[in-house]
Amino acid sequence: MSAVLAEAPAWAPVSEGVWRAAWRRLRGDRVGMVCLAVVAAFFAMILLSALGALASGWQREVGVPNAPPTFVGPRAAEATGAIDSPKGPNADLSDVDPLAPRYKEWDERAAQFRTVEFAKLQTLPLGADRLGRDVLAKAIKGTEISVFVGVMAALVATLIGTLFGAFAGFFGGRAGDLLEWLYNVFTSIPGILLIFAFAAVFGRGIGTVVLILGFTGWTGIYRLVRAEFMKHAVRDYVRAAQAIGASAASRMFRHILPNVSHVLLVQLSILTVGFIKAEVILSYLGLGVPVDQMSWGTMLAEAQSELLLGHWWQLAAATLFMASFVTAFSLLTDALRDALDPKLRGLE
Amino acid sequence: MRSTPSSADLNEQRTAAPKLFAPPRGAGPQGLGGYMSELLLSIQDLHVAFRMGKVNGVAQRAEAVGRGADGVSFDIPENCTLALVGESGSGKSVTAMSIVNLLPDNAERAGHILYRGQDLLQVDPARMRSLRGREIACVFQDPMSSLNPVLPIGRQLCEPLRTHLNMNPREALERAEALLAEVGMPEPKRRMDAYPHELSGGQQQRVMIAMALACEPKLLIADEPTTALDVTIQRQILELLATLKARHRMSLLFISHDLGVVGEIADQVVVMRQGRVREQGPVAQIFAAPRDAYTRALLACRPALTGPPPARLMVIDEHIAAQGSPAAAERTAKDADAPVILEVHALAKSFWLRQGLFGKREFKAVQGVSFRLRRGHTLGVVGESGSGKTTMGLTLLRLHEPTHGEVLLDGRNLTSLGAHERQTMRRRIQIVFQNPYASLNPRFTIGQTLVEPMAIHGIGADLAEREQRARELLRKVGLEPGAFARYPHEFSGGQRQRVAIARCLTLQPEVLVLDEAVSALDVSVQAQVLNLLRDLQDELGLAYVFISHDLGVVRFISDEVLVMKDGRVVEQASAEQILAAPTQDYTRKLLAAVPRGWQASVTS
Repeated sequence: MSAVLAEAPAWAPVSEGVWRAAWRRLRGDRVGMVCLAVVAAFFAMILLSALGALASGWQREVGVPNAPPTFVGPRAAEATGAIDSPKGPNADLSDVDPLAPRYKEWDERAAQFRTVEFAKLQTLPLGADRLGRDVLAKAIKGTEISVFVGVMAALVATLIGTLFGAFAGFFGGRAGDLLEWLYNVFTSIPGILLIFAFAAVFGRGIGTVVLILGFTGWTGIYRLVRAEFMKHAVRDYVRAAQAIGASAASRMFRHILPNVSHVLLVQLSILTVGFIKAEVILSYLGLGVPVDQMSWGTMLAEAQSELLLGHWWQLAAATLFMASFVTAFSLLTDALRDALDPKLRGLE
Repeated sequence: MRSTPSSADLNEQRTAAPKLFAPPRGAGPQGLGGYMSELLLSIQDLHVAFRMGKVNGVAQRAEAVGRGADGVSFDIPENCTLALVGESGSGKSVTAMSIVNLLPDNAERAGHILYRGQDLLQVDPARMRSLRGREIACVFQDPMSSLNPVLPIGRQLCEPLRTHLNMNPREALERAEALLAEVGMPEPKRRMDAYPHELSGGQQQRVMIAMALACEPKLLIADEPTTALDVTIQRQILELLATLKARHRMSLLFISHDLGVVGEIADQVVVMRQGRVREQGPVAQIFAAPRDAYTRALLACRPALTGPPPARLMVIDEHIAAQGSPAAAERTAKDADAPVILEVHALAKSFWLRQGLFGKREFKAVQGVSFRLRRGHTLGVVGESGSGKTTMGLTLLRLHEPTHGEVLLDGRNLTSLGAHERQTMRRRIQIVFQNPYASLNPRFTIGQTLVEPMAIHGIGADLAEREQRARELLRKVGLEPGAFARYPHEFSGGQRQRVAIARCLTLQPEVLVLDEAVSALDVSVQAQVLNLLRDLQDELGLAYVFISHDLGVVRFISDEVLVMKDGRVVEQASAEQILAAPTQDYTRKLLAAVPRGWQASVTS
């Protein structure tokens, strides 16, 4: 035996774990690393925006209504004074105006306050909406809400799906049947109908959108986790854990769960992308975030009427932000899956 | 065994052959016995390597066959059975599969494979396809996964007949039926419509052989065709292959890890290790006068069915180091009056199978098993697959709930304990599983694996003390303390099995159930683990329930043997008695089916 061991290379004190090996493989993936950088930049932006360092004044009307983007240039000044003003002397209305005696008093009081007329900007980096709000600031704020909703809803859905899947797969029998019925009920109702039903019951708000998407989106992950747990529950290492006296909870969550965690991670990122899109649709339909908050979906909803007037920049900004984030996130998910399950690529 | 003259071995003579575009050597292999007939296949200086992706921009390659300049060379004459023997990782399957180019896409082949003068490494894919199945056919290890589960076997048999021989459907069906009859399938006409799952493992392998024979190939490559089968079925398949080979005058390339099997079927033997040919020659020479130390070690480290049982098994490294005779320690006599630690009465386990809409049917996996096991003794349990031996082992630990019966551990009935008492009793009876690759949690380091059971049962005061104990146990099972922080995937099968044994020992058990604990290991590693088990038994006074299908191994380690069939015990006696004078027909059949190597085929 000693001779066999002597052939092995000198052993480092602690060896590479599964996650560190995955990170090493991910680092070798160029597309994955670029996407990781893009996603990290988005999350940094979201963090700054949430802390108020970025786009905190998105509700201020800084530009003229529907100011075009800077690279398009200011709109040609519209012709003013369509109606000719009368030429004659000013009519004296003081004897008919009951308020005339107080005008002087009011003028004096008004003189005590200072009014500043903000110079409305003619152009903004990505233009302005119909109230003159900066579209770039709106898009940044919208990113914060949309991504927050997407990630939180995916976490809720993964949590529900994993718990149900783990119980159904590990115990089977009656508990499994019960959860299967629940699953069948949820999947037999059209998704959008279910979302409307939940939205009608819970009312509007970010928390509601997260719950709605979480409660309706757990079914796919439930089936996957259930299948994985069924497969792993009869594996020898779980049997061995049972033989040393490990409890059912320990076997489920300490032994099996880390071994299926790559499935969860990949599903989590797929769900995040899906839920970001779902939130956009909900907000577009008016069932999403409240009016005093901004998301990509509400931007798109506003863009609908603006587009008729030829003001395309709000639509373009929301689409650009959403497309770049979702694409980078999806490709990162792909790279993660490859890194976590190298057998798929057939290289190792 | 004769000592070897230090002359160059046969392998070196082979590699000295001309390498570049060598014409096929028409004359048969000189000095390899009396098979001077026409050469069918000649492998010359073969190298196979796998591309393993890039690390830091440098392409990685893993050599599977051939090491450095040293390639693999051997010849297969016509009408000859050549056996390729080696342990896992020796490159035997890769060598065989490179003949028909059934390797993964990342394989790179170099050298020459001359089939009737044509170099198979150079032919175009279309020609290769027409050779496969038509002239060179394959039979694989696992018949269940080689057959398509959604097609009846008749349809699958007709496929090669129609593509290669251009038969019309009716001719193909007739021929398929004839083939099934030829491979000894009972009621061939009825079986034509059967799906693979309706057949037993042996019958499935017969179908695979029939399929391979369909076009009357000149060369049949059989890659471990009997490894997944029971000994009795293995014997039938071996006999079938020998008969068919003689009848069709074809050559057989037989790949196996088991020298016993090879000795019975082969004319020529090629022994491979770590991608190199260690020795080749006629079967008589390999068995009677092996010249290579590795071949001798392989022959020696397998527990035998005859002769006095040794105290320890030879280990390959010891043998290659050639330190003279095996450790001549006398087998210590066991105390026949040791206290009974485990007593089992009428143990039974049934599974309920659903039948129809509401009905269910009882399947009795284990019924009426009773035995007594003394401290420091070993009870061997043998039987074919499906005989209920594993279910019995799992039921002992209540990993399956027993349907009837009692399991008395030190006088207390395990089957009626409450949850708390059961937890404390779990410490005293532990199990080692068959597959060392599946029985360790891949996400736990060896340290975590060993500390967990101690933490569950409160053994050791704190983490530091538990880790200390874990390190001691690692040393005890023959692993370096450095293994503590490593993950299971960094260990070989034998090392993992040592970890699994160490995990059981953390709880200081009194009874260890070893469920085919050495079956998945190579012969040499098997010997090491068996020696370890024996040492631990002597040192700690453990009692073993040793479940195995391998009678040689059971004979080596057991004091008493249970023979199981269909969930029942058919015979129970001391190990010596069962082997020397079995009283039951079933036991005799099992014993007769064990391959005994070349000697047996000569003497019988």
